[in-house]
Amino acid sequence: MADLQEIIQQAETEISAVESLPELEQVKARFVGKKGLITAQMKQMGTLPPEEKPKFGAKVNEAKKEVFAIIEAKQNAIKTAEINAKLASETIDVTLSGRNSEVGGVHPVNRTLRRIESYFGQMGFSVAEGPEVEDDFHNFTALNIPEHHPARAMHDTFYVDAGRLLRTHTSPVQIREMENSEPPYRMIAPGRVYRCDSDITHTPMFHQVEGLLIDESTTFVDLKGVLYEFVTHFFEKDLGVRFRPSYFPFTEPSAEMDIECVMCSGEGCRVCSHTGWLEILGCGMVHPKVLESVNVDSEKYTGFAFGIGVERLTMLRYGVNDLRLFFENDLNFLKQFN
Amino acid sequence: MKFSEQWLREWVNPEISTQELVDKLTMAGLEVDGFEYLGDNFSGVVVGEISEAEQHPDADKLQVCTVNVGDASDEPLQIICGAPNARKGLKVAVAMIGAVLPGDFKIKKAKLRGVHSFGMLCSETELKIGEDSDGIMELPSDAPLGTDLKALLNLDDHVIEVDLTPNRGDCLGIRGIAREVGVLTQQDVTEVTPKSITGEVSDELDIKLSAPKACPRYLGRVIKGINPEATTPQWMVQRIERSGVRSIDPVVDVTNYVLLEMGHPMHAFDLAKIDGAIDVRMAKKDEKLTLLDGQEVELTEDTLMIADNSKPLAIAGVMGGEHSGVTTETQDIFLESAYFDAIAVAGKARQYGLHTDASHRYERGVDYKLQRTAMERATELLLDIVGGKPGNIIEAVDKDEMPSNGHLTLRRDRIKRVVGVSFSDEQVEDILTRLGLGLNANDEGWDVAVPSFRFDIDNEESLIEELVRVYGYNKLPIRKPQGEMAMFMQNENRVFKNLLRDLMVNRGYQEAITYSFVEPKLQAVLEPAQKPLPLMNPISSEMGVMRTNLLPGLVQAAQFNINRQQSRIRFFEMGLRFETSADELQQIPTIAGLVAGRRYIESWSGDGRKVDFYDVKGDIEALLNATKFRFDFVPSDKSILHPGQSADILRDGKKIGYLGKLHPEIQQKVDLDLDTFVFELDLEALSERKLPEFKPLMKFPSIRRDLAVIVDENVKGGELIDFIVKIGGNLLTDAFIFDIYKGEHLEKGKKSIALGMTLRHPDKTLEDAEINSVVDKVVSGLAEEYQAVLRN
Repeated sequence: MADLQEIIQQAETEISAVESLPELEQVKARFVGKKGLITAQMKQMGTLPPEEKPKFGAKVNEAKKEVFAIIEAKQNAIKTAEINAKLASETIDVTLSGRNSEVGGVHPVNRTLRRIESYFGQMGFSVAEGPEVEDDFHNFTALNIPEHHPARAMHDTFYVDAGRLLRTHTSPVQIREMENSEPPYRMIAPGRVYRCDSDITHTPMFHQVEGLLIDESTTFVDLKGVLYEFVTHFFEKDLGVRFRPSYFPFTEPSAEMDIECVMCSGEGCRVCSHTGWLEILGCGMVHPKVLESVNVDSEKYTGFAFGIGVERLTMLRYGVNDLRLFFENDLNFLKQFN
Repeated sequence: MKFSEQWLREWVNPEISTQELVDKLTMAGLEVDGFEYLGDNFSGVVVGEISEAEQHPDADKLQVCTVNVGDASDEPLQIICGAPNARKGLKVAVAMIGAVLPGDFKIKKAKLRGVHSFGMLCSETELKIGEDSDGIMELPSDAPLGTDLKALLNLDDHVIEVDLTPNRGDCLGIRGIAREVGVLTQQDVTEVTPKSITGEVSDELDIKLSAPKACPRYLGRVIKGINPEATTPQWMVQRIERSGVRSIDPVVDVTNYVLLEMGHPMHAFDLAKIDGAIDVRMAKKDEKLTLLDGQEVELTEDTLMIADNSKPLAIAGVMGGEHSGVTTETQDIFLESAYFDAIAVAGKARQYGLHTDASHRYERGVDYKLQRTAMERATELLLDIVGGKPGNIIEAVDKDEMPSNGHLTLRRDRIKRVVGVSFSDEQVEDILTRLGLGLNANDEGWDVAVPSFRFDIDNEESLIEELVRVYGYNKLPIRKPQGEMAMFMQNENRVFKNLLRDLMVNRGYQEAITYSFVEPKLQAVLEPAQKPLPLMNPISSEMGVMRTNLLPGLVQAAQFNINRQQSRIRFFEMGLRFETSADELQQIPTIAGLVAGRRYIESWSGDGRKVDFYDVKGDIEALLNATKFRFDFVPSDKSILHPGQSADILRDGKKIGYLGKLHPEIQQKVDLDLDTFVFELDLEALSERKLPEFKPLMKFPSIRRDLAVIVDENVKGGELIDFIVKIGGNLLTDAFIFDIYKGEHLEKGKKSIALGMTLRHPDKTLEDAEINSVVDKVVSGLAEEYQAVLRN
């Protein structure tokens, strides 16, 4: 009987020395195989008196189970070690960069345009576009800027010929829109505009969003409301705003909207010329003459228009300090907005 | 409009600080661009007198001056001075030790070539109070010694600069600004009211109004025997110079002073140069005039002139002629004070390349009742300064052509309708009356009489604007707009530009925005077939013509970045191109791209391959696939592209774009170091997409069969696939090329194409016989159409 314990111990010793599955199979055969040591014990049973047989048999089975358990444990250990070794051999440098991760980017001006379109879209403004080589009527005359009006001089217009020019604002799009559809109007017109002016704060081409809301009960205080909402959302900040009287031939009353300087929170800095305020857009109630020029009844309908400089908003939003960067297309600049 | 605060306060003097004053102006729509305290520039500068001036022992150009500064110093100061006009007896501006000059320049004891100097004698530019840098300032001989120069020069003053909108021509003079300040601060304004001067001489000139629409009123006056030695008094010089107007001579200074004070331009002629009478007429054909600034202009017939019997004297409201101008020889003058219609003057100055203080005012309009007041004011000042004997005022007027007082109606309801809030009658009446408007109540509101100086107020809305402007825009509430929650139509089959933009971005493209006007030569290289639309007044020749395609800007952007060591360029741009090939200009929305350099960013994984045709084609196909419409690529003959690597892109047989490698010669001409691929597509062709249409899913498995065929190497793969799809029948659901081989195992001029085909039956599993029949059909079809041979 002592043999069984010895056999188990022997098996334990031998199994613990095993390092691979084939080796383990050999050890397994030597102990629990058909000709194995434990199997051989079973054969001794025939020599025992009948009353001892069941007890002995049970003990041998017990021993066999024990050896099987040892073998299985070893088997698992070897498998785990093998997997671990394989995984270790497959280890890579996870800090290296991934492949082809680079995507491009939207131009910062269009990034701002998209945000503007999105805000006004939420308020039900649709987007309209128009030609950039525009005629004198749509760019000036219909907007209550007759031929000799001094405001024309302010516009520094590029001319193509006597009757055609590069639009100086996107306001002609509102004229085209009103010519082609019936009120009420709720639209914005984003796009390129051109002025014959080039220095550190002017580029001869820039972007503007013209907005128009004409309805039966739209008033100046609504204008203030829409634009206040817009700047609050655009800058994600409840900024101080102020409206100053101004002059545009196509609106009356006309206003310019200032916001509290976003750089210094109104304390006064270089960006706001130490006034604490930034001029951000021009706006006003659409002049009755403009409505009449497109056959809209100015007694029945009133409304407002506004014009937003997109580059300026972009500069303020992201702290860009030079307007000319927008059209150099330097990848080192553009990629900062990706 | 720039002006001295002191001058303004002589007219209206509210008890508020300068800062409060400028804030009020700004918030009333007279935007103050800036204001400057004149006394800030320097300190420690006093009046002195040079009592001795001796040559410096060691320097030719320096003098050693002894300067007496009265009580400002216990003893006279020794000061070295290099100015040629430093001389004994001269009253000078002395910066003493401890003085601070503009630019925070502190005056310290110094030693110049071995001689001590205890201060500095200053020029106007050194003190930043004038332009004269020829020598040191020469102060009046009666200036008291030791007086602070700031007090002497009256520098306790601000210069305020107002950026006026073009409708406020009435504020282009102290008079207008003062009225505005009076309204805003509820203060009385002291108007300058010159007395009416009776003539002492009988000299008169006939005045003829030959163009009464353009000039309905012209006043003239002769003043005889002026003193040619007279100088402009200091107070007047200071005022006009603080308004940015240079002092010239007393007569011109007075006309400028009246212009600045009243906002009304004046002109003075040398009476001796006028032949006979004055005729205010339009210019004649081929007439020429040499202007005061010396330039000779050829006049156009739409120019209003002041002329005499034989010649033009001045461009009305713009500039006088040189010949008839006042000079040091002038003894008798003829003064002009006229009303010119704004439209007659508008644009004229610019047409002749001029911008004058007079034209600036006439273009914006002047008070049409002010001519006589301005004339009397100028006369009064001239008699004080240059003396002489005045004649009577000669007035020519065409009453029918004169503007008349505006009469407008203001309705209570309309105020509410436009502004969104109501005003009480008292508020309306108070504000508008203060503005000088005459109000008469009626049932709906008021009849309003507009005074001649507010010629800009011409409709009901402008009255409402005045009302809320003075009330204060900021005091009005902010109201969120009310309205129907109207959705606008967003057609799902429209492809929004942002979708295409995002596709390009996701495929690694950087969006560029380039100028719409480009260099003509570069455009000609990149689009030889079209003559682009030129601008009449380009900003420079590099921006002279409207682009006929988007390539010039993209090429320049690529150059810019390649020159800055970028090895991978992937740009796209959306915008209009301006085609001139048709009869009419066409402004075509376009998406264009330029790709050069590496396919991927440089990386450890080492795919350093340069971009090729199929890379770019893949990007374009991604765009085109967004529409779900079919597009075809066919070899292109576009001359700027590589003849073997370029394709036109067609939809329904119509060309909607192209793609290709820049022709090596073009690439060299535009100075690009990297092989460059470009494309352009009409956005219109991409603007629409098919909506998804559901088809029941196939239940039975698909079968794949591969074939390799040998064909002539000119056979186009795309056409071959189209052909297979056409003849394959319903069971063939897909066909594609998965390999192409050319080389040693094949006959020269042949290539092997490996084809994959997918077959499927909607209702059952395909049987071999059915599959083979399709494959056989394809094989025999290919043999017939392309003489294709199966490859073993």
